[in-house]
Amino acid sequence: MENEQSNLSQKQQEYWKKNTRMISILLIIWASVSLVAGIILAVPFSHIQFFGVPLSFWFAQQGSILTFLVIIFFYAIKMDKLDKEYDVQEVILSEEGGSK
Amino acid sequence: MTVEALTLTLVVITFLIYIYIGWRSKVKDTSNFFIAGKEIPAVANGAAIAADWMSAASFISMAGLISFLGYDGTIYLMGWTGGYVLLALLLAPYLRKFGRYTVPDFIGDRYYSNAARAVAAIATLFISLTYVAGQMRGVGIVFSRYLQVDIVIGVLIGMAIVAFFAVLGGMKGITWTQVIQYSVLIVAIIIPAAAISLKLTGNPIPQLSLTFSDIAQKLSVLQIELGMTEYLAPFTDMTAINVFCVTLALMIGTAGLPHVIIRFYTVKSVRAARWSAGWALLFIALLYTVAPAIGVFAKYNLITSLHDTPIEQAESYNWASKWEETGLLQLDDKDGDGILTFSGDEDMNNEVTIDPDIIVLSTPEVANLAPIVIALVAAGGLAAALSTASGLLLAMSSAVSHDLYYRIFRPEADEKQRLKVGRIMIFLAVIIAGYFGINPPGFVGEVVAFAFGLAAASLFPAILLGIFDKRMNREGAIWGISTGLAFTVIMIALMRSVQVFGTEAPIIESFFGIQAQGIGVIGAILNFIVAFIVSRRTAAPPEEIQEMVEDIRVPRISEKK
Repeated sequence: MENEQSNLSQKQQEYWKKNTRMISILLIIWASVSLVAGIILAVPFSHIQFFGVPLSFWFAQQGSILTFLVIIFFYAIKMDKLDKEYDVQEVILSEEGGSK
Repeated sequence: MTVEALTLTLVVITFLIYIYIGWRSKVKDTSNFFIAGKEIPAVANGAAIAADWMSAASFISMAGLISFLGYDGTIYLMGWTGGYVLLALLLAPYLRKFGRYTVPDFIGDRYYSNAARAVAAIATLFISLTYVAGQMRGVGIVFSRYLQVDIVIGVLIGMAIVAFFAVLGGMKGITWTQVIQYSVLIVAIIIPAAAISLKLTGNPIPQLSLTFSDIAQKLSVLQIELGMTEYLAPFTDMTAINVFCVTLALMIGTAGLPHVIIRFYTVKSVRAARWSAGWALLFIALLYTVAPAIGVFAKYNLITSLHDTPIEQAESYNWASKWEETGLLQLDDKDGDGILTFSGDEDMNNEVTIDPDIIVLSTPEVANLAPIVIALVAAGGLAAALSTASGLLLAMSSAVSHDLYYRIFRPEADEKQRLKVGRIMIFLAVIIAGYFGINPPGFVGEVVAFAFGLAAASLFPAILLGIFDKRMNREGAIWGISTGLAFTVIMIALMRSVQVFGTEAPIIESFFGIQAQGIGVIGAILNFIVAFIVSRRTAAPPEEIQEMVEDIRVPRISEKK
């Protein structure tokens, strides 16, 4: 995809690259707390106690959901920062009238 | 006041509020009708998404299902929350930047094809229709259980309310009623959960007492003693491969559900789309982290109050006799010793049969809570069903009136005609939903697997590739969607042939061990592979489409520095 020609400016390409890198890292975390910790490693992790419940059970029924929350808010905050860093002009598309 | 009178009062009050909001937000143009004029604040959109998302099934049945599946109940917990990460990171910001009305809008424009648009519109209709039938049924059930009203009348009342604010207020009316409906349903689930948590563990916060007390451990040990599956151990009720595939299919399916996706068109900006995904999951997580706690508490409480109890004593409990009347609880002293026995051995020794639905519904009574809480749970169940139904009805209406009528058949239609068609369609959708609510097809439970499977196998890959693969073209997308759809539909139909075709046994049991609920994952993978291969062997998309893709990926950036 690197070689594709693009109409984007240097800065826009940088912005996109930083965005996609962040998305990849966050998706790896997303998969590790849910599919990996809660399902693939469920059997070994069920021998580790996490307070009142086995570790894998905690991930499967509580921890994964809490981590999902952190991931989304972290991404929203990081993107706000990136927007600021690149002095992004927020575009509000409303080509068809609509809002008064 | 009796419980019935309290329930009736609370239901009437909440309904009047919904009607009032619908009246206040009546709309006059298509932008307001389909996407609320792009004026919804991020937090309100989050609450509306949460209400849209959490159906009668999430509210009434989920905690019960989890309490019966134990560890494996995670398929619903992770499956129905994990999709929001995909939405927030991969779809919502870009679809908002694209900024139209519907999912087929994006697919049709991105793949410069009305065939793709029509397929996406039909998929949207089918997915939403399978879903909405259950919601209207849910309204009827709540009415009949709490107010002794006939199910048909309950469904008709629900239809009238939804029709009023949806036809009049479109997306705007729906959104603001959903915000209120979310508040009602979350209060209705949190209060009984906190009360039963306090009673059993001394800690009123259910999430904390599930993790930090030994209640789950006690239930697990108790279940083993009674010959049931070990509550805390994985894969006792489902195989590992199924837990994996079903979880992933529900995650991908969630991210591909049209009625959820269109909500991200209603906010002011790309930034607001990212934040509203966060608020949405926060509001959803409130219920989804409490549900597994309720599952554990309520099941422990039920077993300890009924096991080894003389049957006369059990039947003297007010709640036990009431739920026995509805058939959701069955007490049967098979060995005639006068004492009830719980057992994992279904046929022989078990003397107590529990329908998963009563886990949530009976909690306030079992925990001896005030009648107002019981009334609140009824109002909450109605709020959950009505809010989900209204979101689905709008998705159906926009697929027909915007995508099929305006974008394909009558591009010259003016604003007034489009709004009129939109209103007529939503009204028709209410009637169809009501019909299925009154005459549920025999396989209602089964078709939910269809909804998620189809969303996962068709819409999600097409949207994702449309954003992240600039080279993806019309041919690739159409072949990909068709392959994913065909595979998923055929597989589910074969595995559920008993319900779908009325055969005696399923034509095939599973696809290499993967059952119907998880098959969408394979459909999605096939979609990705076929789309990639076909697109690389056919012409690249036109220049202006490639520019459009770049335009939705990144914002305008000022070059001066």
